[in-house]
Amino acid sequence: MNLQELTSSAKGLVKSFGLPRIIIGLFLLSLFITAPFVGVNIGTSLSDTFNRFGMNAVMVLAMVPMIHSGCGLNFGLPLGIIAGLLGATISLQVNIPGPTSFLLAILFATPFAVILGWGYGQLLNRVKGGEMMIATYVGFSSVAFMCIMWLLLPFNNPTMVWGYSGTGLRTTISTEGYYLHVLNDFLSIQLTDHLTIPTGMLLFFALLAFIIWAFLHTKTGTAMTAVGSNSVFARASGINVDKVRTLSVIMSTWLGAIGILVYQQSFGFIQLYMGPFYMALPAVSAILIGGASVNKASILNVVIGTFLFQGIVTMTPSVMNSMIHTDMSEVIRIVVSNGMILYALTRKTEVIR
Amino acid sequence: MLSPFVAISFKRNDNVGMTVVWADKSHNQVLKDIKEMHENETPLLEMKHISKDFFGNKVLTDINFSLKKGEILGLVGENGAGKSTLMKILFGMDEIHQTGGYGGDVMINGEKVQFSSPIDALAKGIGMVHQEFSLLPDFTATENILLNREPLKYTVFSELFGERLNILDREQMNHISERAIGRLNVPLDKDMLVSQMPVGHKQFTEIARELSKEATDVTEGIKLLVLDEPTAVLSEQEADSLLKAMRLLSESGISIIFISHRLQEIIDVCNTIMVMRDGQIIKTVPSQGIVIADIARWMVGRDVGSSKRESRGFDYENTPVLLSLQNLWVDMPGEIVRDVSLDIHKGEILGIGGMAGQGKLGIPNGAMGLFPAGGKVIFEGKEIALNNPRHFLDAGMAFVSEDRRGVGLLLDESLEWNISFTAMQIQEKYLKQYLGGLLKWRDQVAIEEETESYVQQLEIRCTSTKQRAKELSGGNQQKVCLAKAFAVGPKLLFVSEPTRGIDIGAKSLVLKALRKYNEESGTTIVMISSELEELRAICDRVAIISDGKVFGVLPATTDSAEFGLLMIGQQSQILEGGSV
Repeated sequence: MNLQELTSSAKGLVKSFGLPRIIIGLFLLSLFITAPFVGVNIGTSLSDTFNRFGMNAVMVLAMVPMIHSGCGLNFGLPLGIIAGLLGATISLQVNIPGPTSFLLAILFATPFAVILGWGYGQLLNRVKGGEMMIATYVGFSSVAFMCIMWLLLPFNNPTMVWGYSGTGLRTTISTEGYYLHVLNDFLSIQLTDHLTIPTGMLLFFALLAFIIWAFLHTKTGTAMTAVGSNSVFARASGINVDKVRTLSVIMSTWLGAIGILVYQQSFGFIQLYMGPFYMALPAVSAILIGGASVNKASILNVVIGTFLFQGIVTMTPSVMNSMIHTDMSEVIRIVVSNGMILYALTRKTEVIR
Repeated sequence: MLSPFVAISFKRNDNVGMTVVWADKSHNQVLKDIKEMHENETPLLEMKHISKDFFGNKVLTDINFSLKKGEILGLVGENGAGKSTLMKILFGMDEIHQTGGYGGDVMINGEKVQFSSPIDALAKGIGMVHQEFSLLPDFTATENILLNREPLKYTVFSELFGERLNILDREQMNHISERAIGRLNVPLDKDMLVSQMPVGHKQFTEIARELSKEATDVTEGIKLLVLDEPTAVLSEQEADSLLKAMRLLSESGISIIFISHRLQEIIDVCNTIMVMRDGQIIKTVPSQGIVIADIARWMVGRDVGSSKRESRGFDYENTPVLLSLQNLWVDMPGEIVRDVSLDIHKGEILGIGGMAGQGKLGIPNGAMGLFPAGGKVIFEGKEIALNNPRHFLDAGMAFVSEDRRGVGLLLDESLEWNISFTAMQIQEKYLKQYLGGLLKWRDQVAIEEETESYVQQLEIRCTSTKQRAKELSGGNQQKVCLAKAFAVGPKLLFVSEPTRGIDIGAKSLVLKALRKYNEESGTTIVMISSELEELRAICDRVAIISDGKVFGVLPATTDSAEFGLLMIGQQSQILEGGSV
């Protein structure tokens, strides 16, 4: 009788949530269901997923300001990460142990993020229309430049430098004794032996997400969204388009810097040199899977996208490995994550102005 | 079999032009022609009851005309009268099919045709020369004329590898292009590179290309030539030789549809003149004894004389000048303003009209700072710095752009955003301030209320104030643009092409809203429009822009023929009396 009505409303629901997201969501659900049967602990899986979500969410959030101002996806995320790495290494150099070092890292990273973001913004204002391609190379080349700098900068904290020469930073530096798990352990809830919820990290992300959400509701935030939606309209309304775009790039860069610090405190290591090289792609694909487009993104897109992306990346290798009993985890992870990036980037064409 | 319809349209339109043509020919030829005419009185081209609408917006209504062999038909009308749409239908352009086809029949030699692409039309012997040249600059005239239709010679390689390795038959090519140029009887060097030609010769090359299309087994020789403003880019002398060439062609039996804004040419060369306005044929008359003023009146006037509205008797002596443009130039592509000086009085509605491309649109765009501009803009006695929209808006002016979708709207955002954005950014309206003004929070409630009130006031048809702007129809989008400008509460409002592309009902609503706004809040309005009648209906004065300069400012009550003359660049005798 009302079958037609039912199917049409179901279709509407599917359309509003997005078929790809439903498929990915169902796939993730099926992985969680399969997990216990192949001997993967569900508690550990969930715990891993939450952890990875918290580690990556801030970097995905770093996409939002630039998308809003029409600068496209922030493929130049490595630049923000470099600002974060500078903050982290300087904080370790100052050598104050404990949670204070995390605050110091944020504090030191901020001026670098602002300066680098400003320059990056100036560059992007000169290449309107081709931002994403340029941004990719800004990211890559800044990583290469810093490979030189990590060796030359006069750091001398023994925990960071190469043991045999006493100069030049090592590729991986442990955050132990400084800010390892400062957010993870804050108010963390141990549900079972295997399932821990990193409350502090999630709260920290929620705080930043709230700040961005609130910013987008202010006068300047409104102008930012309008610039991204139609920059000519914004100009005709008296907005200084270049200024707003630069501000958005600075915000994105700063969030990238904070993002890597959050990542490090959970992961336990500061990864220098080629570490930041491929950090942009997972963040980009996460927000696209979350339903954002090249010039529209919301906090909800960030949350859903990060959860789905990190969930799949966490679950697929462990479940698949247990099923076929060979260590394929790295191969599968690369196939899955790059496949998702590929899919996510093809979605760009759906955006109509 | 002839349908009754065809029989009705057999009316012959005798005219002298044809007899002159025959006089040049041999006696036998004339006899043969006459015989042919009697044997086959079917006109070469006949369009019957042609109508066309773009998504409910009617652009052509019941077009009927016929064109005989060798006849030159002059097609005139204002921009947007439907001339080009009519030609697109004739050629079966994709644009027509993609927007739902057309109504009525196109008959060629009494046979109903329906071209699915311009290639079909070419095969039937219809050629078109566009306003813009489509020539390869580094090829010679001959090469351009025969591009992709070159006669070919077989070589030993073509035996081996197929026809793609044929070589060009240069001798034959020269022969064909000579013949085509000879038909035009113009001094065009067939071996000259197009890049080195004067612009007139480029035009001749285009025409020669159409003429060189001779009958083959798949296509028919050229029978009908459509010339779309061919003289617009030519000097007077070049235009003269083109007109001569057209007469020659017509003598050799080729029919021509000639579209031009230069009315004197139309009168000189055409046998019949067809005037279009608002998608209808207003007049089809033999060109004998027609003067420019007649055509101008038919082109612009609705029912001449009856459309006068009661003048408000605006008192220019005693109202101060609000905005003064002095030697304004604007570099807006396609609408270049060269030197405009205009005084706009407080409280008036000033209309700015003129043909497309003459620079009328450049004036508000330049004054606002959207395009590079120079000169002086003095508002309330203070000079406004150009090239920055912020200064323009801060001074208390607003601009409703002609480019609704590009400049006027945030298509992907809600009506609320569209209407409130400018006022919020410029005047800090709809904001709640916290922390001593450090935090300026969007006041959703105020925005909703304001939007709702404009929706009511301007009768914007929408599902809610949250609907996205791109989902609205053109007319409603225009109202949103107006609401956006009204929300700023400007002292002076520039409105550019407010009725372009919207249906008649919405048109009158938009115009009424403007008039009302002017009367109730005393806002000075400068309205730019291509539709003269519209300007005459609501403005106090109308300035006509031609070639980037003010050609004349007349009271709106002036006869429309007078405006028509100004628009085509003819100085009027009563011009002086009009500059209030």
